[in-house]
Amino acid sequence: MKIQKATRFALYAVLELARDPERQFSAGEIAERFEISGHHLSKVLRTLGRAGLVEALRGAGGGYRFRGNRKRVTLLDVIQHFEPVASRDGAREPGSRTPEGRALGRVIDEIDDIARATLGSITLATMRKLIDQDRREAAARPAERRARASPVE
Amino acid sequence: MEHRNTEMPGVPFDIRPARAADLQTVVSLDEETTGIAKVAYWKDRLERYAGGQPDRYFLIAEKEGRPVGFIVGEVRAWEFGSPPSGWIFAINVNRGARQDGLGTQLFEAVCDRFRRSGVRQVRTMIAKEDKLVMSFFRSQGMMAGPFVELEKGLAP
Repeated sequence: MKIQKATRFALYAVLELARDPERQFSAGEIAERFEISGHHLSKVLRTLGRAGLVEALRGAGGGYRFRGNRKRVTLLDVIQHFEPVASRDGAREPGSRTPEGRALGRVIDEIDDIARATLGSITLATMRKLIDQDRREAAARPAERRARASPVE
Repeated sequence: MEHRNTEMPGVPFDIRPARAADLQTVVSLDEETTGIAKVAYWKDRLERYAGGQPDRYFLIAEKEGRPVGFIVGEVRAWEFGSPPSGWIFAINVNRGARQDGLGTQLFEAVCDRFRRSGVRQVRTMIAKEDKLVMSFFRSQGMMAGPFVELEKGLAP
């Protein structure tokens, strides 16, 4: 499964904002953190604002803040504002009305169901846990490499 | 064995093994979620899992002395080649007691017992539509494993 660039930027933005819902982040800060286009990210943030997932704060020191419950908002809740999620319009595919097309459609539907269930069950809070776990593992890796490079005699 | 809540001291609840007398509580908690009162089923589960049988665990969470949740699991071994692992097949927390860390404490309590039983893997199976419970298990760090559930309708 490949997600579009805007969707990826939206997920980065929401995950960054959900890191500390009390804090405001500017689009520039988020763009710099992920090395992505600030212009493109601003458009994405406007969509997230219309979806009620982030709040735009105006004035000096303004920026964006996460709105919602990190333990309830899922990846699917974010993605669906940017692209259809594993939704196959099977009736329009060539040959989809043949027995072969219908059988193939059932298999693809099964895969799509799993994709939707997965994205719909992973909350932002769970993602933050995975991110923290990755950070800890990445921090431990150099020490492991050093230990392997110079074994204790 | 009592499992006292030490990680979140602001949330006063305890976890203890279930007893036969918990039947009505368990039926009510389950009915609140599923809409079905399965008295015979839960009576059977309590008889099989709440009697201190080895590797079978039926735990009740109490908040201020009132049962507000439960979890049931057991150690299963060698199903389609799977080495012994912990299996959770029921969890329920009263609506009013959710988002308080109680489900996490129940999960950790049963995992502690699985560890003491010598297993190093815990598994479960959830309906794809049950987003709340699936999100909960995901939040505990559970991911898709090496097994896939398959089924087929059986014509009479």
